[in-house]
Amino acid sequence: MKTKQQIDRTARDLDPEVHDSNFMGAKLKSERRYNTLFRDYDDPNKLREIAGNVKQHTLEHLDTYLEQAEESFKRNGAQVHYAIDDAAVNAQVLRIMNETGSQTMVKSKSMLTEEVHMLDYLEKNGKTVVETDLGEFILQIDGDHPSHIVTPIVHKNRRGIAKSFEREGLGDYNDDPETITRRARKHLRQKYIDAEVGLTGGNFVSAESGRIVLVTNEGNARFCMAANKIHIAVIGIEKLVPTDRDLGLFINLIGRSGTGQQVTVYNQFISGPKKDSQPHGPEQMHVIFVDNRRTEVLASDCREILRCIRCGACLNVCPIYRQSGGHAYRSVYPGPVGAVLSPLLAGNRFPELADLPKASSLCGACNEVCPVNIPIPDLLLRLRDKAKREGAKEAMKGTPNLGMWATLCSQPTMWKTALSMGHTMNYIPTEMIPHPSAKSWQGARKLPKFEGGEFRKWFKKRAK
Amino acid sequence: MSSDRETIFSAIRAALDPLPKRTAKPDWPTELVISNPSGTFDSLKAQFADRLAFASGRYYDSVPVLADFLKAEGSILGYCDPTLISLFEGIEGLEIDTDFDDSKINDYTFGITRATAGVAESGTIMLTDTDTSCRLGALAPWIHIAVLNEADIVPHFPAAIERFGDDPSIIFATGPSKTADVEGILIEGVHGPGIQIALVISK
Ligand code: SF4
Repeated sequence: MKTKQQIDRTARDLDPEVHDSNFMGAKLKSERRYNTLFRDYDDPNKLREIAGNVKQHTLEHLDTYLEQAEESFKRNGAQVHYAIDDAAVNAQVLRIMNETGSQTMVKSKSMLTEEVHMLDYLEKNGKTVVETDLGEFILQIDGDHPSHIVTPIVHKNRRGIAKSFEREGLGDYNDDPETITRRARKHLRQKYIDAEVGLTGGNFVSAESGRIVLVTNEGNARFCMAANKIHIAVIGIEKLVPTDRDLGLFINLIGRSGTGQQVTVYNQFISGPKKDSQPHGPEQMHVIFVDNRRTEVLASDCREILRCIRCGACLNVCPIYRQSGGHAYRSVYPGPVGAVLSPLLAGNRFPELADLPKASSLCGACNEVCPVNIPIPDLLLRLRDKAKREGAKEAMKGTPNLGMWATLCSQPTMWKTALSMGHTMNYIPTEMIPHPSAKSWQGARKLPKFEGGEFRKWFKKRAK
Repeated sequence: MSSDRETIFSAIRAALDPLPKRTAKPDWPTELVISNPSGTFDSLKAQFADRLAFASGRYYDSVPVLADFLKAEGSILGYCDPTLISLFEGIEGLEIDTDFDDSKINDYTFGITRATAGVAESGTIMLTDTDTSCRLGALAPWIHIAVLNEADIVPHFPAAIERFGDDPSIIFATGPSKTADVEGILIEGVHGPGIQIALVISK
């Protein structure tokens, strides 16, 4: 099949095995989501709506809440830093490592660190960084990148993973998932013990109490805060919610929406360094609030996307993502959320990703499943408009020229004439319509008989 | 950097200033987030036990029965919070340290620490820095036993959140550590406990 858009090409050329892993993984998670949410709540949509409003409210008062969060963290004995962009956050982390004489870092999953390429930066500067989430660890040894924001290696199968483990000296070839997991447990256990720094992201931050919430299943974020002395949390400024009470909404929604679990195994609420009476855990906690173009998104007409809690539900339900997989989006955030967020976070590289908002049939499923009720299809349309206005070439590829159609639609007289001529279409062979879009459409379908043009007549005559 | 701080705050204000109106904070009732009960239970303890089992955790209310389970698992050497060791008085065949020895981190097969609360609607165990005698003792061994007072079982998450206080590290643990990263196949026991137990006592 000839196709001009990059995402379509990737989908077309995708290894069928990878396609099936992506498709089945997404479908399964979508079904589990539905079953769990509708089992546990009579009206889950009410929760989604309120959770969305809580986040929207917070974003629209972000200056107040960010200031409050900063005060709360300081009161708790944590140190608060700010970073405007990728270079700034990477430099801050390196500085903290150097000032505390730290050489090795264990880290738990964080999409933000992917966004700013932190791992590469720290390694170039002579530090050792170990990803500890099983999926992220496998990506690290393979030099690969996540294809899904919650299940990062959904594109891989056990045979590939077994080969990677063998290559890394983690034992003879064995593709039993349990053996793979046990080997990783053993290998990473020692890494936690050796590291000085544990780095985490943060799924939510309560401004009132200065608590970050970490939502995980494996227990690696707990280890990153038990075996070492320095904790660094790298957090996007959009993660705030007003109060601890509000967290009750989000911890109930994130697991059910993402993986269909009633709740994720671990929800950690961290507000500062360990207690004095506690023998283990960080003596220092550093919170770095990162902008990296989030304030630009806040200023745009797509600010609703900042509500996103990275649950992955919109990816799982999306018919495009299911076919293309995550890597097809050529950016850190794939799927519907990525189609909005990635071009926006690209800044002046927007034109390069301007085709992503078109990777949607606008079916609306993403909006329906989103735990914070983001109107993703509307945002996609706004970005298509932006791409058109800015003349982004990437967005035009494969789009038929609709100039003639647009003129027709905006001139009532011409439109009427055209309609009255509609019946002539039944007498000419449709393959002869000279428009390229009509030609490619006809390639796979048959145009039904034209029966239109009657509505206006009927409408005029109908008794008032 | 302080200059980054100023830049970010002024960018936020510049972004928000033109908004004609701002979304008000929704007022939501606590019942909104309370999940439908999975059955009828005559006590919070019974509901907690049911939900813990659903989350593939294990529930015990008898120390000898728990000790038999440990022995059957071949789990002999472990760590115990010094203030809880009296519960295991008279139990034969287990070797229990009350001082966590870092060099034995991979030898301990069970860890016994205190839970601050339990959540009945989900079978969740709430751990805090205040009540956990040592973080690694509750995390590194294959089996974690959280000792929970029956009176500390609360009905739902909002009630547990109300008990946060100023503790710097609160953990909601619901079942054993797990992953489905490899082909979506569920494996229990990744970095944390592979077996999560609640030992419910009534003081
Ligand atoms: S946009 Fe909504 S559904 Fe998609 S990842 Fe974010 S929160 Fe989840």
